[in-house]
Amino acid sequence: MAFALKASPSSTSSSSSAPSNHPRLRSAAAMAMPTPGRPASRAVAAASAAASLEPAVVTPSPDSYWRAPLPLTPAASERIPTVAQAMSRARAHGKTAFIPYITAGDPDLGTTAEALRLLDALGADVIELGMPFSDPSADGAVIQASAKRALAAGATTDAVMAMLREVTPELSCPVVIFSYFNPIVRRGTRSFAAAAREAGVKGLIIPDLPYDEIRAFRKEAIQNSLELVLLTTPATPAERMKEIAKASEGFVYLVSVVGVTGARANVNPRVKDLLKEIRQVTDKEIAVGFGISTPDHVSQISEWGADGVIIGSAMVKQLGEADSPREGLKRLEAYARSLKNALP
Amino acid sequence: MAASAIRNPSPASAAAVAASRSAVSTSRSILRVPAASRRSLVVAAGMRPAKAVAAEAPTPVAERVNGAEVARPDAMGRFGKFGGKYVPETLMHALTELEAAFHALADDQDFQTELDGILKDYVGRESPLYFAERLTEHYKRADGTGPLIYLKREDLNHTGAHKINNAVAQALLAKRLGKQRIIAETGAGQHGVATATVCARFGLQCVIYMGAQDMERQALNVFRMRLLGAEVRAVHAGTATLKDATSEAIRDWVTNVETTHYILGSVAGPHPYPMMVREFHKVIGKETRRQAMDKWGGKPDVLVACVGGGSNAMGLFHEFVDDQDVRLIGVEAAGHGVDTDKHAATLTKGEVGVLHGSLSYVLQDADGQVIEPHSISAGLDYPGVGPEHSFLRDIGRAEYDSVTDQEALDAFKRTSRLEGIIPALETSHALAYLEKLCPTLPDGVRVVLNCSGRGDKDVHTASKYLDV
Repeated sequence: MAFALKASPSSTSSSSSAPSNHPRLRSAAAMAMPTPGRPASRAVAAASAAASLEPAVVTPSPDSYWRAPLPLTPAASERIPTVAQAMSRARAHGKTAFIPYITAGDPDLGTTAEALRLLDALGADVIELGMPFSDPSADGAVIQASAKRALAAGATTDAVMAMLREVTPELSCPVVIFSYFNPIVRRGTRSFAAAAREAGVKGLIIPDLPYDEIRAFRKEAIQNSLELVLLTTPATPAERMKEIAKASEGFVYLVSVVGVTGARANVNPRVKDLLKEIRQVTDKEIAVGFGISTPDHVSQISEWGADGVIIGSAMVKQLGEADSPREGLKRLEAYARSLKNALP
Repeated sequence: MAASAIRNPSPASAAAVAASRSAVSTSRSILRVPAASRRSLVVAAGMRPAKAVAAEAPTPVAERVNGAEVARPDAMGRFGKFGGKYVPETLMHALTELEAAFHALADDQDFQTELDGILKDYVGRESPLYFAERLTEHYKRADGTGPLIYLKREDLNHTGAHKINNAVAQALLAKRLGKQRIIAETGAGQHGVATATVCARFGLQCVIYMGAQDMERQALNVFRMRLLGAEVRAVHAGTATLKDATSEAIRDWVTNVETTHYILGSVAGPHPYPMMVREFHKVIGKETRRQAMDKWGGKPDVLVACVGGGSNAMGLFHEFVDDQDVRLIGVEAAGHGVDTDKHAATLTKGEVGVLHGSLSYVLQDADGQVIEPHSISAGLDYPGVGPEHSFLRDIGRAEYDSVTDQEALDAFKRTSRLEGIIPALETSHALAYLEKLCPTLPDGVRVVLNCSGRGDKDVHTASKYLDV
């Protein structure tokens, strides 16, 4: 077997039973307690949410909680590569980066934590973690349903960040958050960016924050060492695509279709030429996403010269539509492996 | 007598009226974004010849608000901090194209002539400014003093609401863009009906997204849309109301952007929609100014309109934003009450956020999830609001308040009984606000209320609540 699992699905309870052994969690609790004006109960709620990984309803924290970012453990922050590093490392090894997407909290955050460990162990180069949103206008039916389940199960931003704080130090690949802009605006861009950094997140994809609007968030992203990945599409004119490629961090995200997320029967043949066009204007890695679901799709895209493939809806389906979380993780593993094996 | 309070215009103002009428009545100006940045004098503005703007496109309207130069919107489509284009990258080029077409058509004589003709002969403009004598009587105090109530009769437009002003202009625009397929979202069904109507008129394919719950409470309008040849697609996501229908329309547009024009029905959404839809509705305020001058030789003192997304309110307000002596009041839906969790009072209770493409006030929870709004009126049952309203609220230029479902129902009945006008439930919110407003107004103050739609579509809903 090429990939050993770091944690089996059944280990959820054991990993969450001793969270205080983890230095970052200890410091989170210690840091949180004395913050003036922050009710102790909230600190406990946040700490216990992190500890139990239950989709606990965490009282939304005031800005003060997130305003003071915890210093990252140097070892952890150095060990996990940036998104750009992970992408160029894959390219240097002649690999096409494997970038799976899952929705945080679907069906629950404990399962999401396990799925992150699993995908990392299976050789994901970057993992895209979707923050559930009530009105995901760039998403098709599968991810809409997934977000709805996650929200119903209590996946608040606080709870997701708490889960990530525990899990990211165990991973070898960077995690990128995919979030619509409203939850970021609501929390405050600075506060959200600080929370993401503190949770060990390396980058952000904001589907409704196009190139023209990124200055609304860029400063905060830079201050918190978050790479802001920008999207270009078949409907993007060449000049604009050039600007986007220039400004994108981590990699350039090529949306393969004119449309929302969700599996398609075939890969859009325009992707081949679009890859060439983008390649002419940037040295950055290019990853292709939206509509990709089969081993044939990923090998096709790899042949066309993409540096990475992003698999969303099809991945989410394995996990979210299974009869049980355990079954979902099993299906996710088999599916992810089939895609990974189809890639160089 | 209330009627005696309507003064005859003085000879001087009559001259002004004549002058202003000659310029303004070329409703050709409906599409024109004024190039010179502001009006210093109302009548002068009316007399100013309409000026081509294509050369300056996309130079936005700039207005002097509270002494400060504020562009509405600026080149980025912002009203202060509100507005912008928060949409998937796939739509960005289409929005740029749309903005360019909008500005170019402002200078296209053929287009303007066609639009003018249709507004007059098909829509039935201009709509009357009607003195509501019995409502006025109703709000008189014991000593016989009180405000004078006028209704701007947008309910008399073809299809029964103001929505047609925008739909007809955007359909013409879509034809110019070479797009044969039209999509739209609808809440109460009025925008859907208006869109289906203009698609029938211009031979365009039409798909309307409507929340499943709204389809039930506005069954009559669903039938009308289908009768007009539109395909009505039920949206079951979320609360199955207007917000979900809008999200679904955006998804359709993202998927079919190369062949499809999205006729957004309010002053919401990404730039250029808030500006463009306002420009297509500003004829409401322009006519009101002229009609007021004609009837009493002055301006209205107070403007009142209901606000969901805010298109009928912006249509009435826009003309008067620079007239600091004109009070602007928007009335939102308080549902069961703004202190319950069942209301749609976005400007009263919302927080700044991004929904459906623009930064504005949004009803949302502490985690940034959009809250399911509630209003008895499907057209106001929306958790967002047009960005320009958020701007006008924040700078203090317009006031916003709310009335409950029950207050709206009472006004629905009262207006039917007193004026023989069955108003839409949306409009009933504005009418209900007269109960709060009128007792505070001095004698003879002239209130113009935008009677934005007729209530035939709502009799089924109202019959469940009203004992008549």
